[in-house]
Amino acid sequence: MQSTSKQFKDNAHHALNDATLQRALLNVKTGFQEKRAQVVAGLPEFEALRDTGRDIKNHVLANLDFYLERFEENVTANGGHVHWCRTPAEAREKILEICKRREAKTVTKGKSMVAEEIGLNEYLEENGVEPIETDLGEYIIQLRHEPPSHIIAPAIHVTREQIAEDFRREHTDLDPNRRLEEPRDFTDEARAKLRDRYFAADVGITGANFLIAETGSTVIVTNEGNGDMTQLLGKAHVVIASLEKIVPTLEDASTILRLLARSATGQEMSVYTSFSTGPRRSEDMDGPEEFHVVLLDNGRSAMLGTEFQDMLRCIRCAACMNHCPVYAAVGGHAYGWVYPGPMGSVLTPSLIGVEEAGHLPNASTFCGRCESVCPMRIPLPKMMRHYRQREHEKGLNPQKARAGLALWSYFATRPGLYRLATRIASGLLGRLGKVNGRFTSLPLASGWTSVRDLPAPEGRTFHDLYRERQAKGGRA
Amino acid sequence: MAHPQSPDSDPPSPKPAGSPKVGLFVTCLVDMFRPSVGFAALKLLEDAGCTVIVPAEQTCCGQPAFNSGDNKDTRAVAAQVIAAFEGLDYVVAPSGSCAGMIREHYPELFADDPAMAQRAQHVAKRTYELTSFLVDVLGVTKVDAALKATVTYHDSCSGLRELEVKAQPRRLLSGVTGLKLAELPGAEVCCGFGGTFCVKYPEISDKMVTNKAEEIVATGADTLLAGDLGCLLNMAGKLKRLGAPTKVRHVAEVLAGMTDGPAIGDPAGSVSGEER
Repeated sequence: MQSTSKQFKDNAHHALNDATLQRALLNVKTGFQEKRAQVVAGLPEFEALRDTGRDIKNHVLANLDFYLERFEENVTANGGHVHWCRTPAEAREKILEICKRREAKTVTKGKSMVAEEIGLNEYLEENGVEPIETDLGEYIIQLRHEPPSHIIAPAIHVTREQIAEDFRREHTDLDPNRRLEEPRDFTDEARAKLRDRYFAADVGITGANFLIAETGSTVIVTNEGNGDMTQLLGKAHVVIASLEKIVPTLEDASTILRLLARSATGQEMSVYTSFSTGPRRSEDMDGPEEFHVVLLDNGRSAMLGTEFQDMLRCIRCAACMNHCPVYAAVGGHAYGWVYPGPMGSVLTPSLIGVEEAGHLPNASTFCGRCESVCPMRIPLPKMMRHYRQREHEKGLNPQKARAGLALWSYFATRPGLYRLATRIASGLLGRLGKVNGRFTSLPLASGWTSVRDLPAPEGRTFHDLYRERQAKGGRA
Repeated sequence: MAHPQSPDSDPPSPKPAGSPKVGLFVTCLVDMFRPSVGFAALKLLEDAGCTVIVPAEQTCCGQPAFNSGDNKDTRAVAAQVIAAFEGLDYVVAPSGSCAGMIREHYPELFADDPAMAQRAQHVAKRTYELTSFLVDVLGVTKVDAALKATVTYHDSCSGLRELEVKAQPRRLLSGVTGLKLAELPGAEVCCGFGGTFCVKYPEISDKMVTNKAEEIVATGADTLLAGDLGCLLNMAGKLKRLGAPTKVRHVAEVLAGMTDGPAIGDPAGSVSGEER
């Protein structure tokens, strides 16, 4: 996927001025935050589970090669194939190769952010294979020719009115006056439209929430059952997954599953948790004839052993973006690449470079809410700060900011001079602001005063007044 | 994240005997914009039996550089703070943000310098946000103050999430005669200040602080309180821009009974009717 992360500021500007988007974004709070809070409150061991989840993933990351090879052995033993892909191009080509071999005209797709990462849909289309998204949110944005704006609710930026409009435009064979208001209306219509496509599809492509080393299984969680239809009804099932999705055992997967749905949608469990272990066996009633796992690296192994390794614990629950005030303000598209919100602000520069995505780790107040809800206890603000350090070291931050910092530092490390400068500034601003108590505009402070007033200083610094008080020898 | 009241080894005694020597870390914003907050902190600490020292060699805690990725300059400022405060029993700041910086981040800044790291650790575990120090360390349960007002309270992010400051200011406010607390929905959501964030991304900051201001007004409270001047300047500035009548003060001013002067962003000489 082509990134527009460099234009984050412009993207954000448009998002903030898009009234429809702003209305849609209000759902984040009621739809996710409150539900998560309720379900977490109902599980006394939730905090302990977070520790366990973090430890499982840390163990995996310390032994990643071992578990991946074990996974491959077991997939192969089950009659499936693992394809190791270093780059998005390798992964796309491998998937197309499987489709071509099956002479596929259409493929059904379960939700996969890694498929977005490798730009799979566009590539398949260019090569004469039609991808059909089966997750309702993905189906909607495919109709709209948009990328997802959220990693678990891809169409959260779209209002119901817009969906109704899209469905009427695309589904021209249906009664134009049908009711399209409630989520149920959209689900039913999409389900009816998709039903035949499942049976006609030659290949089904899904992502994976977990890869289980001890069994060679892949796991997806969905709420609509579309994933099961996708992986069972195609003649070949292709799983596209990034390599950090691996866990050692079924037990580990079930531990992390207890964190996943609670953190994501505020459910105790997602409606469907589906395990795929190899292709259809001779005694099976149904299932795909072929089973492939396309394992994508795309820069992740280079994060191992760096200050960004912890990011690879991420289980893509979206709790961070659901609780992020910046995400709530601008939505997911503003971030400009596949992964938005706090996890995207760390993962995006890791995968496509800080030169391209430097805005993202800067566009944070470090309020820390993301880290406080992250089920895997990923220190997101700390890692964003590490990216700011890298930018500073490489001289990538704006010249104006660097000059400001140098000036600040010069005074801040010379207390005597600092006292003098603050006394002058405070006195001047205090006198100028005395009548109104605030400034509505101030040269050199337009970043502040363009959106809010600047309260005027009281007029003298604390240290000045304190010294005076001490000289008088008593309490003020 | 923080485990503020349970530092590793060698903790200062929880309830000190005698008069503890407390270094007041004024903070650069209080020094420059609102010295009355510093004097309110001073009064609260002295009333609670502390001997307060204000080291002259303090300027800022270093967050502007730290959050801009400039660790070299941050270390220079941090070293200055450490040297100025390390001989004292405690460091107290009327700010969760600055106290959090010293407590949570100073030690990691010197990870490559064991001698400095040890000194940083020594200062870090003696550092507290003001209301947390009063309640958790000194065991203060009641302050001598009165304010006839309905206030609402914003939990500033660093204090809340790095230092677990949440109950302490409310506990102390509950003892202020005449004061009623109307809780702010979304009190734990960032106001959009974020240090340099608010000037680097003014439009996003605007959206955040506008939401905040609207929620503050909707509580019907006549006064907004918080424990960090950065957030207060941001919220006061927005409330003023929107023409809201809400008065804005640092919680220390109210707890110290020092509410005679104008509220944040109000003209000098203006007296707040409701507060009298």
